[in-house]
Amino acid sequence: MKGLLIQLGLVWVALLILLAATVIAAHLPLGAAKPWISYAIAFAKAALILWVFMEMRKEGAIARLAMMAAMVWLIMMMTLSASDYLTRGWLSG
Amino acid sequence: MPEQRALHEPFHHPARQRQADRLGMILFLASEAMLFGGLFAAAMALRLLYPADYVAASGHLKLWLGTANTAILLTSSLMAAVAVETARGGRPRLSGYALVAAILLGLLFLGIKGYEYGSEYREGLIPGLHGAHFEGRVQHLFMNFYFVSTGLHALHVIGGIALLTIAAFSRAARQDRTVLLIGNAALYWHLVDIIWVFLYPTLYLPDVS
Repeated sequence: MKGLLIQLGLVWVALLILLAATVIAAHLPLGAAKPWISYAIAFAKAALILWVFMEMRKEGAIARLAMMAAMVWLIMMMTLSASDYLTRGWLSG
Repeated sequence: MPEQRALHEPFHHPARQRQADRLGMILFLASEAMLFGGLFAAAMALRLLYPADYVAASGHLKLWLGTANTAILLTSSLMAAVAVETARGGRPRLSGYALVAAILLGLLFLGIKGYEYGSEYREGLIPGLHGAHFEGRVQHLFMNFYFVSTGLHALHVIGGIALLTIAAFSRAARQDRTVLLIGNAALYWHLVDIIWVFLYPTLYLPDVS
């Protein structure tokens, strides 16, 4: 149990380091890359929480598939919505 | 101390029953993720259509309150994970302390959110309330999104605190080494945390000046 608790603590430290990194990155002059970096860090934090805190690393294929299904649907929704808004200017220009 | 949960129909094996418990909870959490996904899609549409105004609107939020709340929820999630691990390891008292810590951090999160809402009211940033004034249409929409998304999230925080409180007060839950109640309450709490992890860069980080 002790080893597992230390592991949880290390993941928490990693999460706080990622939080610090995203605040620092938000203050840097990164231009158009800014949202990409802040969302990449958010995905990294979510992955740590899912994998370790939510114990996806210990789950079987069915549970992982159910969680992946939510992600796949969200990615499809976001991609299709973005493909509308990002390409609206193509015709008028 | 109940080491093994009772087997219910139609299950013939505890491992299969546990898998079904877990799957049901994860399907519920996936539907919650879809609910918030709709809100995030709305924010994305607003940002893609009006990038400059969106960033300017985000500059009116208090970055440090949002950052502090992110750290608080991450720590609270750690406490929930510790509660699961200690209950599973046969340390119900320790698990209870971890649950109480997770609950207190959740309440602190709500307190800071309430303080933030108060300061936004004084600055006239709450749509529909007396004295509200915005620089433009996009800031108005951004603040609508801010209150709908953080408000819905806060309701989930309240629900999560209620679940964790039930788990903390139940001796049976803390002594259950299969962590049925604590495990599922913790899963819910982690999802609430993940949603905030995405709300934070959506709302607070676009403009930090």
